[in-house]
Amino acid sequence: MKEIRFHGRGGQGAVTAAELIAIAAFEDKKYSQAFPAFGVERRGAPVMAFARIASEPIRIRSQVYEPDYVIVQDVTLLEVVDVASGLKAEGMIIINTDRDAKNLKLKTKAEVVIIDATRIALEKLGRPIVNTTMLGAFCGATGEISLDSMNKAILSRFSGALGEKNLAAIKTAYEGVSS
Amino acid sequence: MMKVVEGSYGIADAVRCCSPDVISVYPITPQTHIVEHLSEFVANGKLDCEYINVESEFSSLSSLIGASAAGARTYTSTTSQGLALMFEVLFNVSGMRLPIVMTTVNRALSAPLSIWNDQQDAMAAREAGWIQIYAENVQEAMDLTPQLFKISEDPEILTPSMVCMDGFILTHVYEPVEFLDIEKVREFLPPYRPEYVLDPKDPKTFGAFADPSWFTEFRYLQYQAMERAKKKIEKVSKEFEEIFGRGYGGLIDTYSMDDAEVALVTMGSVVGTAKEAVDELRSEGVKVGLVKIRSYRPFPEEELKIALKDARVIATIEKDVSIGYESALLTDLKGAFYNSPIRAPIVGFAAGLGGRDIGIKQIRKIVEKTSRVLDAGIEAEFEIFDVKQECLQEGYHGR
Repeated sequence: MKEIRFHGRGGQGAVTAAELIAIAAFEDKKYSQAFPAFGVERRGAPVMAFARIASEPIRIRSQVYEPDYVIVQDVTLLEVVDVASGLKAEGMIIINTDRDAKNLKLKTKAEVVIIDATRIALEKLGRPIVNTTMLGAFCGATGEISLDSMNKAILSRFSGALGEKNLAAIKTAYEGVSS
Repeated sequence: MMKVVEGSYGIADAVRCCSPDVISVYPITPQTHIVEHLSEFVANGKLDCEYINVESEFSSLSSLIGASAAGARTYTSTTSQGLALMFEVLFNVSGMRLPIVMTTVNRALSAPLSIWNDQQDAMAAREAGWIQIYAENVQEAMDLTPQLFKISEDPEILTPSMVCMDGFILTHVYEPVEFLDIEKVREFLPPYRPEYVLDPKDPKTFGAFADPSWFTEFRYLQYQAMERAKKKIEKVSKEFEEIFGRGYGGLIDTYSMDDAEVALVTMGSVVGTAKEAVDELRSEGVKVGLVKIRSYRPFPEEELKIALKDARVIATIEKDVSIGYESALLTDLKGAFYNSPIRAPIVGFAAGLGGRDIGIKQIRKIVEKTSRVLDAGIEAEFEIFDVKQECLQEGYHGR
């Protein structure tokens, strides 16, 4: 089983991203689960969401404490939240930033992947909403979910031109971290 | 068809498949999404039923009394404060023998205000004469919905039911579920055709005044119907499994109980996490097993005696506390065994109150504490688990 933790700010779509992972993983013939860190969320406040992917039905219902993967949608969270908390040494953390990874001063042995998702989102979507772009980076960097299944999940949520724009953002991020 | 959806959507769709005639619900976190999906179904023509907008939970259940007495299949859902506001009406429904089905989303009761999960709300209503079955996952909560309509509406039972499901943990999770086939549900659950209905052409009185020469007999009949519900729950569960291919056990279910020395007894969504903890401990050689309570009312006394007869020590894990004594399931279990040959010590843990997370680590800690009873005897029969002692110190200002 692979466990994923999302860090975002209220309104950035971290919960939607977790749900899309669950839908996409199921498209890949895996079992999945996604849920928010339930709270009284406000726009801009730090929020978390979780997802699990497994080859067997998932029974555990607790929050994720030792994730295999961490996705950080907003680099400013590093100043207020211990985003690498419990992250497995053989895991990976994917951060949306335009800074260099070594300047982030992360306390983790896990692999750090950076992606300038805000720039990609502005370019492809015309808005700095990075949740779907980060999913493209997740698929590319981890290989846990196929790009094809992620695209299907995206289109089940966003139709028409918006869906197409999201696919373009995902593709750019996917290729950005795969190379 | 299997699909990844939010738990609340799964429940709403299961309700739709039961073809209710009247729905009357009032939204309250974390039950709101169930209400939203149901109203969408009605507005979009996916569900043909009378959908009553009300101003409170008191009204939602009260309006269903009239509808159910007039012969309609009726559904509602609530949680926490909403259930508390229904309290008076709960007893009216069961006393009038109206087979209303309610999804009780489990949430803590205020104060302090908490929107998070525990099971204090349903536990506080355990004497209300409603069947209460607790779901482990979204699929079970969905599958219980037609089963409880069938049980409640049975002429031998005529008792209202609650499908209890943990708030947020099950209502807001996205996971793969198998959708119910409405045609198969129709076959499993035929239309509700009660023998006695409110009808202006043939007037009757429901819930009438009963002086002391009658009241006891009404309660006696209710009590007997609830006793009969035990067999009915098992029978309907088997029938459902034959048609839909999914079974969950009867009044209880057991997990890794063969040769188990330490037995955990719990209910609701924590069962899944507890199963993972049991597997982990078993792989380390710890002889631990799990009994899942599905039906809390009627209470599965006989089934528990069989399931737990060889355990050396038993621990309940539950999300409620009866301030002034201990937790409800613990009391019930000890009471069930007092006049039986079972003499294993029983201890209880109130855990997960107000949404405090219960993970594998916490279950392991409970097993460790329970195992200690075998060597050292009972140190504490009941414990409110996971209290942060540092928070209770004078001058504490942390989080």
